[in-house]
Amino acid sequence: MNIDSIKNGFVIDHITAGRAMQLYRMLGLDCLQCCVAVIQNVPSAKMGKKDIIKVDSSIDINLELIGFFSPNATVNVIREGRLIDKKHIDPPERLENIIRCKNPRCITTTEQEIKHIFVRSHSGEYRCLYCETRAN
Amino acid sequence: MRHIINILDLSVEEIEELMDTADDILANPGRYNEVCRHKILATLFFEPSTRTRLSFESAMLSLGGQVLGFSDSGSSSSAKGESVADTVAIVSGYADIIAMRHPKEGAPLVASMHSRVPVINAGDGGHYHPTQTLTDLLTIRHEKGRFENLTVGLCGDLKFGRPVHSLIEAMSRYAGVKFVLISPEELKLPSFVKQEFIKDKGIEYRQSRSLDDVIGDLDILYMTRVQKERFFNEEDYLRLKDTYILTPEKMKLARPDMIVMHPLPRVNEISTAVDDDPRACYFRQAYYGRFVRMALIMKLLGVHAE
Repeated sequence: MNIDSIKNGFVIDHITAGRAMQLYRMLGLDCLQCCVAVIQNVPSAKMGKKDIIKVDSSIDINLELIGFFSPNATVNVIREGRLIDKKHIDPPERLENIIRCKNPRCITTTEQEIKHIFVRSHSGEYRCLYCETRAN
Repeated sequence: MRHIINILDLSVEEIEELMDTADDILANPGRYNEVCRHKILATLFFEPSTRTRLSFESAMLSLGGQVLGFSDSGSSSSAKGESVADTVAIVSGYADIIAMRHPKEGAPLVASMHSRVPVINAGDGGHYHPTQTLTDLLTIRHEKGRFENLTVGLCGDLKFGRPVHSLIEAMSRYAGVKFVLISPEELKLPSFVKQEFIKDKGIEYRQSRSLDDVIGDLDILYMTRVQKERFFNEEDYLRLKDTYILTPEKMKLARPDMIVMHPLPRVNEISTAVDDDPRACYFRQAYYGRFVRMALIMKLLGVHAE
């Protein structure tokens, strides 16, 4: 399968296999007018299988969201066809307004304009700041 | 400015200090009856409560302070749709300290983010109830004389019972404590509480569905009510509510120095025939609550007896 190389944009590599479409929607890439390639189940020596997203546009992306959905992903920044930066994405310590708490007893279900915040615990799970329910 | 949302907001040393103050208040109440003169406590109770609200109000009045507030959400602006953040922003202009109970978990934390005065969590859903835990700790100190090397049995609703979670968190900080978790399958302790505060700390514990099998091993039996208000399905509540009933016959299996605690209110999980047993200390426990709340109010307001 051949996908054209990017001139100005970025490649999200080492995405956990099967999560690229979810990440594509969460990052709002479905709203872009530029070329976007979502490649699933690419053979990988390190991961067995991985997903890749290529975006041919220099837009700001939410790295926290990438770190949450696919810990250990990398973002390669491309300018004039050349790799100028490679970011290793660690899982973020805190998520703001990325996911919502599913606990029907949580204050976030009723309080107006509240920030939906999840904090990473020492075991690596994300828990709601307010009620401590684990993120799905 | 300090807020107390979770018992872990207080260090072991601060808890000792609060216990010492509470003991001194018990011994010398006259020294404290003016320390909060001209101070106002707002009790914002968005959910009905008898003991906790009256205990807070009694605590502030006993310190010479004054009290304002409401005792259910129907008589507050939340009935008109006002947010917790707005309610607290307004009330913190009228009072020096706030005690808040709310059915939604995390509401007191939201309040603390918008308040200009200290906020005490007086219970948020099935989540935290730190002043109940302080009450429990003062009771244990008075009745057992120590926190270390105790086998604590927690019986009943360990899933939604907020005093249980907070007591485990607090007691897990003392050496030699063991837990015995007694509940039906459906009301087991949430796995994250067990993992974080028991397993990860290497604390010895066991689980049992039978109270009779383990009651003889306990220094403390902490009974809880199966709370109707925490169930979405009444069938489940009716099926589980009578799982454990402590009777004089069961008490015969317990050690002579075991104590029975309960955060109250009870429904039928402790037979009234147990009340006269000297090991039943739940009414003394409720009594201690006022003094530990007095100590906490003083600490957060930064006031001291002369």
